[in-house]
Amino acid sequence: MARRYDSRTTIFSPEGRLYQIEYAMEAISHAGTVLGVLAKDGVVLAAEKKVTGKLLDLSSSKEGGYGGSGEKIFLLNSNVIGGVAGLTADANSLVNYCRSAAQKHLLTYNEDIPVELLAQRLCDLKQGYTQYGGLRPFGVSILYAGYDAHYNFQLYHSDPSGNYSGWKATCIGANSGTAQSLLKQEYKDDITVKDAVGLVLRTMSKTMDSTTLGSEKLEFAVLTLDPETGAPRAKIYRPHEIDALLLSEGLTKKDEDKDAEMKST
Amino acid sequence: METSFALTGKGYVLIAADTTAARSIVKMKVDEDKIKALGPHLLMAYSGEPGDTVQFAEYVERNIRLYQIRNTYSLRPSAAASWVRRSLAESIRSRHPYSVNLLLGGYDVASHDPHLYWIDYLGTIAEVPFAAHGYGSYFALSLLDRYHKPDASLEEGVETLKRCIAEVAKRLVVSPGTYKVKVVDKDGVREIEI
Repeated sequence: MARRYDSRTTIFSPEGRLYQIEYAMEAISHAGTVLGVLAKDGVVLAAEKKVTGKLLDLSSSKEGGYGGSGEKIFLLNSNVIGGVAGLTADANSLVNYCRSAAQKHLLTYNEDIPVELLAQRLCDLKQGYTQYGGLRPFGVSILYAGYDAHYNFQLYHSDPSGNYSGWKATCIGANSGTAQSLLKQEYKDDITVKDAVGLVLRTMSKTMDSTTLGSEKLEFAVLTLDPETGAPRAKIYRPHEIDALLLSEGLTKKDEDKDAEMKST
Repeated sequence: METSFALTGKGYVLIAADTTAARSIVKMKVDEDKIKALGPHLLMAYSGEPGDTVQFAEYVERNIRLYQIRNTYSLRPSAAASWVRRSLAESIRSRHPYSVNLLLGGYDVASHDPHLYWIDYLGTIAEVPFAAHGYGSYFALSLLDRYHKPDASLEEGVETLKRCIAEVAKRLVVSPGTYKVKVVDKDGVREIEI
């Protein structure tokens, strides 16, 4: 009997719940962590990669593209970076939809799409999949880090139900509760991008399952303004840049530290 | 015949349009307002085929208002102008194109500067410091070229506009009698008497 209200997204249970949506959100809470922090002069995103291994061909992320491995962090438009948590295949489809929506806005209005409008476009799609019969909702939550002239830097989160909200700092995926309480303690309203980078990396290192923090497990991106043109500049870090950043923040591989301690004792 | 002028100055855009509604050789009306406020900081002067003008202006007005209701903020002048241009570019490729020429002036509250766009029925757009449509443009553009200053005060701008109107009144055989003048700046849209 319990299955009566599980099998289709369109049907409310007698308690007024939509189980398929709740299951989709549950799927996301097992996905790799994605963390975003809004600073006064930029936005920082970091994500934990789940698909790793020595045999995985990462040559495309090291050489081609615009940075990132194409698993968690994507350039949605020149003024918006997206971080996805959930089913990768669903996420790819949504990223594609986002890019189309952004280009359609550019074609019509000759300006970069406002960040909230892009989030709305995607949420309209996600909401549709909670209502129309026979379809499964997208098992994806997204963080949008963006800039527009109306509200400057912004950070939004959208979930499978089609709800979205703006945040100063937030986290989705595995251990997101722990990360959020850490962020709540450490976040300051006038934080700079430089401090936000540190905050993001420290929080990630505390919440990620693995003991090591390195480019094979981490994706990282920063959105700032170009000091000369004033245009938004999205930078998605390449693996060697992530390793360099971790080194400069003093958060490089913990195993080596432990090894050093062992030797000294 | 129909004439409209517009010019930018220090933090404002001035737009003037004649107020005659003519049919063939007959003046039907001399107090027609051909400048619409499309938003809190956006003005549009329209001229062209009677009927098309009002129809298209209202279509633009309603769509820009819809965007404002949906997003709480208005389209920026550049975005609004691009949308209007695209509408006309699609129209000219349809079976029944609109024959409407526009001057679109606005104050961008995000970047704090005025913008003026010259748009014609073919879907041409140009961002310009001053502009004119109609027969009056043949007389006014040379004057605007000579007297326009990008950082002129509103009083200086109005003086330049008066020169244009006087010249058209003096030289054009079928000159319009009266004009409506509106200004848009950081405080919004208002009509001024000249």
